[in-house]
Amino acid sequence: MKQKSDVIFYWLTLMSASLIGLLMVGFFVQMLFSSHAAWAKFGLGFLTSSEWDPVKEDFGALSCILGTLITTLIALAIAVPLAFVSALFIVDAPPFLGRILSQAIDLLAAIPSVIYGMWGLFVLCPIMQSLFQPIFPDYNGFGYLTAGLILSLMILPYICAVMRDVFRMTPPMLRESAFGLGCTRWETARDIVLRYGLRGVLGGIFVGLGRALGETMAVLFVIGNVMKAPESLMSSGATIAATLANNFAEAEGVQKSALFALGLILLAMSFGIQIVAQYYLSRTGERRS
Amino acid sequence: MRGLTRRPLFFRKLTNLLVQIFSILTLCVAVGGMLWILCTIFWHGWQTLSWGFLTNPSKPYGIPDAGIANALLGTFLITLCAAVLTIPPALLAGVYLAEFGKKGALPQALRFCANIMMGMPSIIVGLFVYTILVVPTGCFSGFAGSVALGIIMFPVIMRTTEDMLLMVPDSLRESGLALGMTRARATVCIVCRAAKNGLVTGILLSIARVSGETAPLLFTALFCDQWPTHFFTQPTASAPVLMTEYAANSPFEQMHQAAWGAALVILAVVLTINILTRVIFREKKHAN
Repeated sequence: MKQKSDVIFYWLTLMSASLIGLLMVGFFVQMLFSSHAAWAKFGLGFLTSSEWDPVKEDFGALSCILGTLITTLIALAIAVPLAFVSALFIVDAPPFLGRILSQAIDLLAAIPSVIYGMWGLFVLCPIMQSLFQPIFPDYNGFGYLTAGLILSLMILPYICAVMRDVFRMTPPMLRESAFGLGCTRWETARDIVLRYGLRGVLGGIFVGLGRALGETMAVLFVIGNVMKAPESLMSSGATIAATLANNFAEAEGVQKSALFALGLILLAMSFGIQIVAQYYLSRTGERRS
Repeated sequence: MRGLTRRPLFFRKLTNLLVQIFSILTLCVAVGGMLWILCTIFWHGWQTLSWGFLTNPSKPYGIPDAGIANALLGTFLITLCAAVLTIPPALLAGVYLAEFGKKGALPQALRFCANIMMGMPSIIVGLFVYTILVVPTGCFSGFAGSVALGIIMFPVIMRTTEDMLLMVPDSLRESGLALGMTRARATVCIVCRAAKNGLVTGILLSIARVSGETAPLLFTALFCDQWPTHFFTQPTASAPVLMTEYAANSPFEQMHQAAWGAALVILAVVLTINILTRVIFREKKHAN
């Protein structure tokens, strides 16, 4: 016999949990709805045009999409190897040092992104400018490269934390067997620890990818916010998130709708990446239990 | 296996040594970079901090005695309101996943949604709240900012609650039920109480995380130079947005200094919450 309070409790919790599903569906519906005018006017050509002209009301997403991809790729290219060896070191290190470093990584992941952005604007940009301007006269310190560097610093703790947790799951027996066979530490790491946690490592990379893709504040300050197709790593540009933050306040009519269309593209991109990340991470979890 | 093919021991040891040196260098670069950021913030922020800076409201450029107090109060109000709105349903949602959602398609789907939402770009959340709250009511408000931050907190609290409740052994649940408690009562009085430390940790960490969020507030709470007197109907200042305004949109050195000061305050608050939470609740767990 079921108690009445139990039934009420069950439905209460179920309704709260359903909120999350509603929210996610709501995101897509609302973005589609708000960007309807832009899709109707530009069609799929919106994705392949790099025009952004508020006066002529001609908009295209290509330069933003490319900017987002470029900064994300730079960030990953720097952060993944660093995070990988740092995680290996933390797992291998003496317990005392490992604990401190691992707490530090968790704390670093908690620093708000706007602080990274501001540091980039006032410290990194001038440094980049003085370093590279002699070689590239047009470079003013702002652009894809600087944004990628800031992003890599920002996502490093995230990727490192996931990889550390994955590497810790390797059964000690496996590692000790490898050492017993005469493997060096690096061989054990490469052939045992990495193989065992490969899916988790991929999951961690995709988590970092998702972060870098949608990051607004760290990029906004240093990207330069110029709406044109990228010419080189050094040129100023724009990413989807930075464009949204920068232009939304003044936008009207079709431009606002075009911005929502950009938002929809970003939503779809990070949705896809999260699905891949969850796939890899959940498979790791299954094998653990 | 590749690692065990016949190769001179010397080269294997050399590779090992090089990789180890590289990993130490890497860690130095990573930790050094972070320390560099923290030190810069601390150095610049420290010069700005004063009692007046923390207690006066912000003012347009050129007016003396400007501070950031209204932004700090605004951040506090927005975060508090977000917490009040979000924590009860998020806890219940976590209870659903842990207690009623071990198998079945619906709980799996909801868990999946929560995982995906945890990685959603915060700027998208800002756009969403802009359309559902700011456009219909016709005004930017601190409350809209709270809703946006609440949406970001929701999946985080939901998933940590589930993880913490799942760590409570089933024998505790069964003993509660065996005493004749209803399922609801056993969950609230026994399981949740046993997992209390974990739940509080999850909530505090998620609060620390959203208190530095900026992007969604740009579309919802905006910024203004007044005290947050009309929280529900007018733009409300917040410290991260103040930093953005002063650092990016203002050419004046004085404003940049104020932004550094605000950065130091935010950083101090976020790190303090994080460290205290970890220290206090980890030690309690050991004591039990």
